Amino acid sequence: MDRIDPALEDIELELFVRALRQRHGYDFGHYAPASLRRRVRQLVQTHGTGTISALTGRLLHEPEFVFTVIEGLSVPVSDMFRDPPVFRALREQVLPLLASWPRINIWQAGCASGQEVYSLAILLEEEGLYERCQIYATDFNPAALRRAQEGIYPARAAQAWSRNYLEAGGRHSLADYYSARYEFIKLDQRLRRNVSFANHNLVTDKVFCEAQLVLCRNVLIYFANPLQDRVLGLFRDSLVRGGFLCLGLRESLEFAPSGADFTALDANLRIYRRNVFTAPDGKA
Amino acid sequence: MIGCSAGGLGALKPLLRALTPPLPLPVIVCSHSAEPGTGLLVPLLARHARLPVREARERWPVEAGIIHLAPPGYHLLIERDRCFAYSVDEPVHYSRPSIDVLFESAADAYGAGLAGVMLTGASPDGAQGLARIRQAGGLAIVQDPADALAPTMPQAALDQAGADHCLPLARIAPLLNELAHCA
Ligand SMILES: C[S@@+](CC[C@H](N)C(=O)[O-])C[C@H]1O[C@@H](n2cnc3c(N)ncnc32)[C@H](O)[C@@H]1O
Repeated sequence: MDRIDPALEDIELELFVRALRQRHGYDFGHYAPASLRRRVRQLVQTHGTGTISALTGRLLHEPEFVFTVIEGLSVPVSDMFRDPPVFRALREQVLPLLASWPRINIWQAGCASGQEVYSLAILLEEEGLYERCQIYATDFNPAALRRAQEGIYPARAAQAWSRNYLEAGGRHSLADYYSARYEFIKLDQRLRRNVSFANHNLVTDKVFCEAQLVLCRNVLIYFANPLQDRVLGLFRDSLVRGGFLCLGLRESLEFAPSGADFTALDANLRIYRRNVFTAPDGKA
Repeated sequence: MIGCSAGGLGALKPLLRALTPPLPLPVIVCSHSAEPGTGLLVPLLARHARLPVREARERWPVEAGIIHLAPPGYHLLIERDRCFAYSVDEPVHYSRPSIDVLFESAADAYGAGLAGVMLTGASPDGAQGLARIRQAGGLAIVQDPADALAPTMPQAALDQAGADHCLPLARIAPLLNELAHCA
């Protein structure tokens, strides 16, 4: 059993993060450290490099390796209609209010492999709002974005997702929205006719649209407090006054000063509205 | 730091009841019974424990004298500054929360100042984490597989990590009380 020298590992991790930033422009310096450390150790294991330093070496010298690293660090784990009560509340409480805007822009940040994009598109279809919507689905993991565009998922997930869909108030059967082939299901590609998939890094990229709803679930959970604050500021500046923000069920605004610019619509389900009386720079 | 799975509730109840307040150390429990849909674990265990039982709160500090439970559907980690962190990384050995994830991060945060306890369970989850705790100088306490409802988990722990103490359930809480008071 190897002994781990924590001080040494810290140095290696720091150099790895620095290489990723300086060489490739991906900044993980403000991610929650425990989880990041775990992902990096997993990369070491998967690629059999033995040490983080050897991983850093590959990162610096093999141009394509950075995408493998991003895929490894990004945790593109998702489900359709994960946390059904949230999607039910979106359907029953948020969409009727969104309906008052003639055009509706929705930003889904950290969309992973697209499960939530298709979930949202189904909600909008069933509530008759889809044609008025433009959905921007973004992530910084290009491989995940490609999977999101294809909408192909393992069939073994379908059963749980169907249950979620019904619990979220689904009006039909989830099977109406996908075709099953062998071990896979493919989501109806008409669901993405108003979806633009784009690469966007929440750490380094800026506001790019004016949105009525921002959906960003289980992404902030990976960010340390200062980065959470920055990203919440980005959401605030993207949202119209009174626009909606939906976070993951265990995420909260309490550690970020920018949180003060939002008011809970349903605190338990982490659905908020941008305050009407805040200037875009956050000063009331 | 306690991990358990199948049969874990039956083992946790008497164990937690036997922890005597005021306990100058925090207790953190990762039970696979905390899979989604069972948000009832906190009130259930609270009825049996003499210390306060709470769900570990994301980003909040670990507190002495309290039994913190891992949340259903999320991995629980401990940061070096000894605050809780959550993640939705893939399940480990089909479990989220995973004992490996908790134990490994706790080993980083507490080094030698940590005891990992493995109870009954039907999964190999936790064995690697316990090994990590020992590597970092912490103490490994494993329920005697012969005494466990489901021996897989404690046996995997013994095989992969070994143990400083391998005891029947009834003797684990007294040991923890003693350790807490001479820590
Ligand atoms: C756990 S998934 C969340 C998926 C989905 N929203 C859900 O809750 O099921 C986290 C996603 O955040 C993305 N992500 C992490 N850091 C990011 C960043 N800096 N910019 C954009 N996306 C990021 C990851 O690539 C990953 O796809």
